[in-house]
Amino acid sequence: MKKKVEAILNKYQQDKGMLVSILQDVQAENNYLPKGALKHVSESLGIPLTRVYSVATFFKAFSLKPRGRHIINVCLGTACHVRGAPRILEAIERELGIKSGETTKDLKYTLETVNCVGACALGPIVIIDGEPSGEMKVEKVKPLLGSHE
Amino acid sequence: MSKLKSLDELEALRESIIKSRDPDKPCVVICGGTGCLALGATSIISTFQREIEEQGLDTKVDLKVTGCHGFCEKGPHVLIRPQGILYPRVKDKDVAEIISETAIKGNIIDRLLYIDPSTNQRIAYEQKVPFYERQKRIIFGSNGYIDPTVIEDYLALDGYAALSKTLFEMSSEEVIGEVKKSGLRGRGGGGFPTGIKWESCRRAHGDTKYIICNCDEGDPGAYMDRSLMEGNPHSALEGMVIGAYAIGAHEGYIYIRNEYPLAVRNVKIAIEQAERLGLLGKDILGSGFDLTIKINRGGGAFVCGESTALMASLEGKVGEPRAKYIHTVEKGLWNQPTNLNNVETWANVPLIINRGADWYAQIGSENSKGTKIFSLVGKINNTGLVEVPMGITLRKIVYDIGGGIPKGKKFKAVQTGGPSGGCIPESLLDLSVDFDELTKAGSMMGSGGMIVMDENTCMVDIAKYFVAFLEGESCGKCLPCREGLKQMREILTDITEGEGKEGDIELLERLSQTMVDASLCGLGMTAPNPVLSTTRYFRDEYKAHIRDKKCPAGVCKELVAYQIIEEKCPGCGLCVKACPQGAITFMGKKKPVVLDQEKCIKCGACYDICKLDAIKVA
Repeated sequence: MKKKVEAILNKYQQDKGMLVSILQDVQAENNYLPKGALKHVSESLGIPLTRVYSVATFFKAFSLKPRGRHIINVCLGTACHVRGAPRILEAIERELGIKSGETTKDLKYTLETVNCVGACALGPIVIIDGEPSGEMKVEKVKPLLGSHE
Repeated sequence: MSKLKSLDELEALRESIIKSRDPDKPCVVICGGTGCLALGATSIISTFQREIEEQGLDTKVDLKVTGCHGFCEKGPHVLIRPQGILYPRVKDKDVAEIISETAIKGNIIDRLLYIDPSTNQRIAYEQKVPFYERQKRIIFGSNGYIDPTVIEDYLALDGYAALSKTLFEMSSEEVIGEVKKSGLRGRGGGGFPTGIKWESCRRAHGDTKYIICNCDEGDPGAYMDRSLMEGNPHSALEGMVIGAYAIGAHEGYIYIRNEYPLAVRNVKIAIEQAERLGLLGKDILGSGFDLTIKINRGGGAFVCGESTALMASLEGKVGEPRAKYIHTVEKGLWNQPTNLNNVETWANVPLIINRGADWYAQIGSENSKGTKIFSLVGKINNTGLVEVPMGITLRKIVYDIGGGIPKGKKFKAVQTGGPSGGCIPESLLDLSVDFDELTKAGSMMGSGGMIVMDENTCMVDIAKYFVAFLEGESCGKCLPCREGLKQMREILTDITEGEGKEGDIELLERLSQTMVDASLCGLGMTAPNPVLSTTRYFRDEYKAHIRDKKCPAGVCKELVAYQIIEEKCPGCGLCVKACPQGAITFMGKKKPVVLDQEKCIKCGACYDICKLDAIKVA
């Protein structure tokens, strides 16, 4: 992991101003931000760990916990909201037995919400691993979740 | 291609590009915007590629994948040029016929045409579709002609002509004068006059000056900046170079949402291409002017749309705003004079330079010039991005362009301005849409989200939705915003759960006023707008929740019950299977099912699945 973090840091020329981008790349590599990686970034850039931590917890895009193999994003943008997105989210929570922001015990799914993905014509929309499923209905939740390994 | 070193070289390149293109050659244009991709455009694109190859037509038919055309409702969108024939909702099985009949022979395939729902007539040409016909697409219209990864497409449309005009024919002051005269105001939400902002930044003292393009579109329900950046990144880049020249900046940043991977990719490509051609970087077009632009991806925080928070984030810090005793044009990024505009504002600039401030200023209303792109979404027939002149009425947008409300439901409100905006009721449908009129009505322009709501939308729930959204996005630095939103969300939750008390509305209004007066940044100051506008226009609905413990729109779970309408229910049993709780019992064929209210968790599965409208929410 050290090598990979080092490579990311070098890609941004160890630029302190690029901290958010650096953390994004670290997260893309590991699917979360491991403690060791945060320490490495802090030491290498000469930024206190507390500040790296505050950035890592401030932005929605970051997770300090391992995430599931499949990332479910339920769009809760306003257009999806008025078209019934909260009921879809509830149905997925019921089906997986977890709340939004949590990961299933078997590390299969992480359930997250997103504010608008810009596909409002298809609302309510659910995105699993980048694949959108539009015009969602409660009864479509089970088959959709069942189609992932 | 090598670096262009003069105005003449740019014009020579443009001429050679235009000459090499045959305007009469059939071209299949496929919309590759996010909406169309979600509707299956990827497969349509590859089918077209395969078919063109298999039919041996590589040299006879061009294929162009562009950014968003705006009519997201009817994607995937295919356009045949030069005629401009539109085929909406194209399927793979129609592709071969579209190529052989329309692209090659020029014949229109009737069954694939768009049908106008109001007249039931088929419409062949994109320009004639009411959704497009009634817009004024001076910024967004270019998307349909440009493959965003091909700079030649932008150059063929007079791209970078405004830049060369600026660099070789105008002084910095003249550029600022032109932008001031045009009346352009910031499209990101504030509506501050762009020319004045540029002038202040030019005059500010500092060693280095920065320009920033804000593409951190955090408003849930707005995606015009995304679509511009994905579909026509050079227009924003050109605007930025012109602005940098006017201000005297040599370094620029594009702050872009990480959730917009396609926009990130396309703007990256655009920067590389522009640098390669000498339209960006050192000694632009041999003029001696330098500008480098870097991309910075946002981490997903709504507050980063606020200028000081965005700049903090650019410095690698937490995106918290600061008090603006000193404006960012004086001390912004790294404490240097910084000018921030959003994508749409930058994209307006080349147009103003090319066509002149006088031309631009005749579009729009008295104090809001030009056009505005809105994302028209929610309970509306024609969901999509629409570009209209400022000052158009809401009614025209919702009914003439948007095609009205689906399923014959009744219009209730339109929410503009995103989470900081407000809900405008039916009685104000003839309001003219510009910066000042929207503010007067208790809402705002914001970045251009326009969410249409019908009779099944609960306005208390909407207020709660926005307050909860903002509570999550509040950075927590100042108390009025942090605590005010929490308290408001708790009160609104109580109301929607039937626990509302007399006096709650007044309490909400008092809290709102405190937040308006005392919050540190724009987020907190405008956060009460959704509450204030709904208590102002939909007070009765609040009262119904508080006094009668009823949700008239049938949304608030604790206040509604699902019921079987016996005379409509043939006992088909679909809902029995769909119910996750086993709360619905099958009573035999042709007999209505029975719903056990005790077991019902109000998930809505039965309501969704019933095709006979035999289940009601009351």
